Amino acid sequence: MFVRWTTAIAAAILLSSPALLQGARAADKLTNPQIAHIAYTAGVIDINAAKQAQKKAKNKDVKAFADDMLRDHEAVNKQALALVKKLNVTPEDNDTSKALSKQASEKLAELDKLSGAAFDKAYVANEVAYHKTVNGALETQLIPSASNAELKSLLQTGLKIFQGHQQHAEHIAAELK
Amino acid sequence: MPGRLSAIASAVLLVALAVPAHAAAIEITMENLEVSPKDASAKVGDTIEWINKDVFAHTATARNGDFDVNLPAKKSGTLVLKKAGTVDYYCRYHPNMKATLKIEP
Repeated sequence: MFVRWTTAIAAAILLSSPALLQGARAADKLTNPQIAHIAYTAGVIDINAAKQAQKKAKNKDVKAFADDMLRDHEAVNKQALALVKKLNVTPEDNDTSKALSKQASEKLAELDKLSGAAFDKAYVANEVAYHKTVNGALETQLIPSASNAELKSLLQTGLKIFQGHQQHAEHIAAELK
Repeated sequence: MPGRLSAIASAVLLVALAVPAHAAAIEITMENLEVSPKDASAKVGDTIEWINKDVFAHTATARNGDFDVNLPAKKSGTLVLKKAGTVDYYCRYHPNMKATLKIEP
């Protein structure tokens, strides 16, 4: 039963994240330079989304959430850059990163057309979905594939903080209804 | 002579009584999004020092509004306890970080 549920959950995560499915199947082993690139790209995407929200959001909780996202994701990415430098790893672009970036720029354009409460709602809903996708990828692909202990540990810290972001976003989404 | 000695002794004693016991400094660490110790006890007059070892900014924010200490990444912040009571506090940026401070009079 447990195995069946786990499989169902894994399948649901994979299905809900076409970008990640496209780039790397769960069975594929990602290399450390690829993992670093995906993690950093995922951070940049949320930073850009936060910057857009800082300009467009109306609700004060949504604005504060965007500030939180900017602060935390910049901190993680700063740490990631310091780590790749220390490990002498050059992040390597890959299909997963490309697919994530493409999806994200489409989302930015889509959100850009909205304003007021409609923007707030759409931004927060996307933050819930996005963190869910990234957290699923961290858990099922990036963390298990990372072969460097320090990289793995940074990804685990990332997962912990992003799970908090997801909860926070879900909480705001519920209040915006 | 003994009278004078006892007078001095009682003066010393009075001074000792008038000055409260030496205030303690209590360290609480925030690392990897965890507060440690989660439950801390202190007395009014003690100083709490929160040490943020994370690369993320945190806060120590009392639910009852008694304090709100900002803790930038890799920095610490202090607070001198003024009021007795049990105070639940959390990080405004990471609300999953929760802890309790028991402040005795």
